[in-house]
Amino acid sequence: MIIDTAVFIVAALVILVGALGVIFSRNPVHSALMLVMTLFGVAVLFVAQEAHFLAAVQVIVYAGAIVVLFLFVIMLLGVDTAENLSTDPLGGQRPAAGVVAVAAVGLLAVLAVRAVQVSTGAQSLSLPLDSGRSNISVLAEVLFTDYVYAFEVTSVLLVIAVVGAVVMARRPRPAPEDPAAGPAEVEAGTTEAAAEQA
Amino acid sequence: MTVDATWYLVLSAMLFTIGACGLLVRRNPLVMFMCVELMLNAVNLTFVTFSNVLNDVSGQVVVFFVLVVAAAEVVVGLGIIVAILRRRPNATADDVSLLRG
Repeated sequence: MIIDTAVFIVAALVILVGALGVIFSRNPVHSALMLVMTLFGVAVLFVAQEAHFLAAVQVIVYAGAIVVLFLFVIMLLGVDTAENLSTDPLGGQRPAAGVVAVAAVGLLAVLAVRAVQVSTGAQSLSLPLDSGRSNISVLAEVLFTDYVYAFEVTSVLLVIAVVGAVVMARRPRPAPEDPAAGPAEVEAGTTEAAAEQA
Repeated sequence: MTVDATWYLVLSAMLFTIGACGLLVRRNPLVMFMCVELMLNAVNLTFVTFSNVLNDVSGQVVVFFVLVVAAAEVVVGLGIIVAILRRRPNATADDVSLLRG
């Protein structure tokens, strides 16, 4: 019991410090590293709530893939310079954001406490968690029976995302008669050859 | 002093609010995107908590789908950010106010 409480408190501190670090870091690279810290804290709380598969996926997908993608973009674009956060572009925006934050935390906390109290405890038709089987087994059975249609749609979504990313990140094809196409092409060969290659 | 679901829900509310405030205050599009990830994680934590409280695996399935959608969203969003920042370096979210290139 003491262990549970200690794990929760440490993980909560890690999460909140990381989240505040994301906001208050002047350098985007530091923000990304603080995001990793928060994601690890959330993964620890997933383990504490017996969601072992999701904890592993959280670390692999979020910390391993998404944050690496963020860092890759930051380094690729060379925007890893520190911002000046001392000026407020919109006057009074930050105090207003602070007031809204306090109000939102209060509201959401009251909602959360009420939600636990008035929860009917009614279950959906899917499997209970305490059936004595492993978390992955239960999750997989529900995922590939009740939610199999959503799972298939997910694959379509991923294909669309890949195609969209390729289309957007591709450099636009230079126009053949564009005089501003750059001297690099002229050096590489004739303009017609460059246009044919493109 | 046992850890019950309320603790997790309040922590999740705080995490969501921090992410929302960062999204409102910061101007760097990359940092704004990270704040969206914070908010998604807060909601994931809520889903897992209620899945645990109600002893029902459906909440974890929803978190699984949220992870997939978040990955797709990051790919497309970072593609847009790369396209914008390549065209005009050091652009902030305030500079992107026109829908024409």
